This record gives sequence, C-alpha cells and structure tokens, in this order.
Amino acid sequence: MTTSSALIDMQNATKIYQMGETNVLALNNVSLSIAQGEYIAIIGTSGSGKSTLMNIIGLLDRPTDGVYRIRGQNAGDLTDSQLADLRNKEIGFVFQQFNLLARASAWRQAELPLFYANVSRSESRRRALDALAQVGLAERADHKPEELSGGQQQRVAIARALVNRPSLLLADEPTGALDTQTGEEVMALFEKLHQEGLTLVIVTHDREIAERARRVLTMRDGAIISDTRQAAAQTIELPPASQAAANGRFNGLSQPALTPLPQPGAIAKVEEDIYETA
Amino acid sequence: MKLLRYFRVAVDSIASHKMRSGLTMLGIVIGVAAVLTILGIGRGASANILSEVSSQGTTRLTVSPGSVSSDGVAGAGGSVQTLTMGDVAILSNPDLHSDVTQVVPQYGGNTQLVAGSNNTQIRMTGTTAAYADVHNLKLAEGRFLTEDEISQRSSVIVIGTTVATDLFGRPQVVGESVRINGEPFTVVGVLKKSGNAEFGSNDNSGFIPIGVAQGRIFDAPRYRGEYTVTSISADAASEERVDAAERQIEQTLRLRHGLAADDDNDFTISTQASLLETINTITSTLTLLLGSIAAISLLVGGIGIMNIMLVSVTERTKEIGLRKALGAHNSDVLLQFLIESLVLTLLGGLIGIGISYGVALLVQSIPNFNFSLLIENDALAMALGVSAGCGLLFGLYPAIRATQLDPIEALRYE
Repeated sequence: MTTSSALIDMQNATKIYQMGETNVLALNNVSLSIAQGEYIAIIGTSGSGKSTLMNIIGLLDRPTDGVYRIRGQNAGDLTDSQLADLRNKEIGFVFQQFNLLARASAWRQAELPLFYANVSRSESRRRALDALAQVGLAERADHKPEELSGGQQQRVAIARALVNRPSLLLADEPTGALDTQTGEEVMALFEKLHQEGLTLVIVTHDREIAERARRVLTMRDGAIISDTRQAAAQTIELPPASQAAANGRFNGLSQPALTPLPQPGAIAKVEEDIYETA
Repeated sequence: MKLLRYFRVAVDSIASHKMRSGLTMLGIVIGVAAVLTILGIGRGASANILSEVSSQGTTRLTVSPGSVSSDGVAGAGGSVQTLTMGDVAILSNPDLHSDVTQVVPQYGGNTQLVAGSNNTQIRMTGTTAAYADVHNLKLAEGRFLTEDEISQRSSVIVIGTTVATDLFGRPQVVGESVRINGEPFTVVGVLKKSGNAEFGSNDNSGFIPIGVAQGRIFDAPRYRGEYTVTSISADAASEERVDAAERQIEQTLRLRHGLAADDDNDFTISTQASLLETINTITSTLTLLLGSIAAISLLVGGIGIMNIMLVSVTERTKEIGLRKALGAHNSDVLLQFLIESLVLTLLGGLIGIGISYGVALLVQSIPNFNFSLLIENDALAMALGVSAGCGLLFGLYPAIRATQLDPIEALRYE
C-alpha cells in the first residue's frame, strides 16, 4: 500500500489514551494509505476509534506508536508549530456543529485560515468571496450565522475549509446536525468538489452517507475491519430516474443480498491481514 | 501587519460584550483616574505653596528661640525665650555681619481688636519698619509703620483686609480708630489682600510698633534685662549669601548666649530654601502615600481583568479549538488574548485620563480654590504605561491558559 505518491500514509498507528489507571486502546495498529483525489468514508459506531483516526489524519493528534506521513512528512518529527502550518495548508476541517464564530459575517468566517497563513487583507477577502461562490453563497457574504439556515452555515464552514486550497478535506459527521433535505444538499456539494479533484474523507456513523463514497473504511474497536472500494455511482445532479434508483438501493439495504457490508469472510480476511502485519 | 489585525479581533470581541467589557474596564478607569487626580492635586498644591514661598523672597532667614536638635531629643521651638532685643541690636551691626542687610525683630500673639460694637480675634505682630520690606508686604492703602513711630512707640496699627472688613465692613479704613485692651490705635495702612487663603497670608493680621507690643499689649517677659522677641527675621545680601549670613548669625548668637563648643544651639535658623525643601518633602511624601493607595485600586482592577479574561477563555474554548484546527499557532492564540486584555486596559486607561482631566477642569471652576490640578506629560505616560502593563501582566496567565488547551478537547467542549 505504501507509495511515495500517497497523500496520506499511516503505518501501524496505535493510539493509547491514559484514563486514570486504565489505558484505553483507541487505535490498534492501523495501516492506511490515501491517494490524491480519493473519496473515502470512515464508518463505525461511537467508540470505534474513527474520531481518533480522523484527529490523527487531521494532525490534531499524534499516534502513540507507528508512523503517520502526510505528503511524505512524518508528523512525529514535526513541532506543534509545524503541525499548525500543515493543518493550515493541507487540511480543511468541516465539523458537525459547523463551529462558526458567532458574530462574524460569512466572508470573515471563510477568510479565517488565511489570517493564520499571513495572506494580505485584500487577497484574503477576494479568496474568501471566491470560496463562498464555490459553495453557492456568493450573495450571502455579509450575513452572520444567525441570519443563515443550517445548511447555509455548513456551506460557509465548507467555504472556510476550502479557502486555503487544502489537499484534503476532513468532514466529521457533516450532515449530523442537518435535516435530510439539507444534508443531501451538503453531500451533493461535497461530491461536486470531489469531482473537481478534492480529496475527501467523511467520518460518519450513517451508512447511507458512507455508501456514497468510493471507498468505505469500517472501524470497530480501534481497528479497520473492512476497506471496500466501489465504482462511482452518485453524481451531483441525478436525473429523476437515477435518483429513484439511488433510493431503490437505499431501500435494498435491508435485503441481505444487496448489503454492501463485506461478507464475513472478507472481514476475516482483513483481520488476518492486520494480524500478519502486526 | 499581522499584529495590527489582532487589534481588530480584540476590538470585535470587546464590542460584542459591551456591558461586561465596560464593567471590567471600570476597575482600571477608576484606578487611573484616582492616581492621576491625586498626583495632580499633590503637584498642584506643591507648586502653589512653592510659588507662594518664593514670592516672599528667597533671601529671608528666620531665627526662632529654642533648640531643634537634628540628632537627639528635640526641644519644642519657642519653649525657651532666649532671643532678645539685645540680640537684634548686635545682629544689626553690619561690620560683624557683612552678608546680613536687614534685621527685624517680631513679638507676636493673638489679641482682640475692637471697633465700635465689632470685634475680631487677630494675629498681632509687634515689629519694626523694615518688616514690610523683608516680608514683601504690599499695601492697599496708607503706609507701613515708620521708624519714628517705632522709636516713639506710637499707637498706630497696620491691618489686613479681612480685619478691616470684619470691623468696618469695608477695606478703606485709614484714619479710623481701633481699640486693643481698651487703648485706641489709629489705622495708618491696610495690606493688600494676599489672594491666598492658606500659606503665609496676612489678611487676618495686624502690625504695631514692637515696643508697644512688648510693653503695653503683651507685657513680654525679659531675659537678662532685655525684652524677649518671638522671632527675628533677617535678609541676606543675595541668594548666594544666604548660607554665609546664616553662619554669621549663628556665630554671633552662640557667642552672645555663651554656648560652649559642644552645646547645641538654643535657637533655630531657618531659611526660605530649607523651608522649600521641607515643603517639597512633605508634599511628595503625601502624594506618594495617597498615590500608592490609589494604585491599589489599579491592582484590584487588574485582577478584575484577569478574572474576566479567564472567563472569556473558558467561554471561547471551542473557538480556540477551531482556530488551532484552522492553523493558529500557540503564539497566535497567546497574542489574540494578550492583545484583547491590552486593548481593554488601554481603553480603560484612556477613559481614566479623560475623567481626571474632567476633575481638573471642575477643580479650576471652584471659587477660592487656589491651586489647579497639575497633570503633566510624565504622569500621562505613566498612566498609559501602567494600564498597558496591567493588561499584559494580568492578561498573560489567561492567554497562556488559552494556548495550553488541547484542540481536540476544545473542539468537543460545549
């Protein structure tokens, strides 16, 4: 799996949290490689380690053991300050609760990463407006969060994540706080951005959301128990017929024959692989 | 400049909590205003007294009876009546005292002055004609006592304006008659209003020939057969010769009083210069004392700032987590909060300066209040410096707390 062209390369990453007397194994010997332009969903129940994995990928956390490289740079060798610079340049974060500043207008939210990138004021305003246009909110640039709907707020957050042209967009339950309709709009936006070349990692517990990705990593007990790839299926603006087809696939989820979950054998196979590499 | 952009962030944050920021600033506002006002009052009063003292002549020396020892037990000034008219006569000899130009004896006490049905209690000084010159007395009407009146012990009196208006209801009273102990005195002069109610004013004084005061009015005690005096004023030839004059007077008096080499002086010589020094010391000590009490309110204000900044950091935990996730370095977070508390205290300091200027204007508009509040540039610089220092000092701990937040925990914070 290790290739020099990989955007992200994780080898035997383990994360142990100390909680009082007990050690919690949040990430157990995970190896993962993500190439430029992938569209990945990480799925798992709460406590499965998907948040820990995301924090490590997002350079907010470092593995206790193992190696994590982003664009060939070993995160373990970098200072806090260098990690901050990498987060600023390489990674765009989208959160479940949007995490917008309460009193700033949309374009000021969007330009925030550029403040830390030492981009000039006029340049950052221009780029923030561009990013807002990219998410379809050009005419809302001067609105504050309280004047925007939930879906619009999340799109502002996505504009903020995009503004410094990151290599990787990390979304943590991006539709978790939205209703189905606006959640669908946000997913459509993600897919449009992916088609434009953005590398996308979405962390979710919602199988329906995960199903739309090209590659699904399923986590349990701190390990990746399956890593499946599927052909591109969804496009942004589906014609009514394929929309129905998509719905059909959703309905079919309950039918064992159509379940996209890896077969028990496949899981065993992956587990074997992990065991062997360990 | 990135640093300037933090000021924008700080102003935004302060503006979004106007009430809280205002209350927090209040501590600094009050502290700065109190320190500046007290400093201003101290400096104003001191400048006022100093100008008053130096307007009375800086060449004057005053000899008082009794000893004031600087290194041992101090006898109360005036407790031993050892200065006499004989001393005055010797000191008046210019051959022995080349640097002393005029010597003026005084015998003073409080007494009642009566005119018609009015009476008033005044400070009465028996003296000689040169007193007016040595003490820079100015007359509004008439003249001061003459040499002839002194030697003939005439029943004449020079009074201050307050005395004149108390007794006659008007200041033009030359030629009128007043009574002391039933004895009539003719008013020959009225002093100019000193315009200064506090220090060295003669508005409530009267002056009569010294012989009259020692004899008929106060029945002064005698010492070795000569009338005693309550003090002697002398004028030095010039400001530079004041010290020389002091030595000459001291030598003569020690000889005349038969003091041995290791005896302390049984008199005290004070000069205007030493008086100025004393006043300076007293006012600056007082100012320092009051100023430090006021500075405590600044400290309290600073602690208020720290408290609010800690609250602000906790409240914005999630924002800090977000900023870190978006690429803020620890130094960025530190500067953001440090500059926020700096802006708070600087703003408070500026408002405090404004208030103390307001108080200064108010003080100037009070009638009969003779000194103004002096706010000088160094005090302004100090006020700004201290408020900025307060912001940095008390903002530092909360800002460090902010940088230490773990971004993962901070983002999860609700």
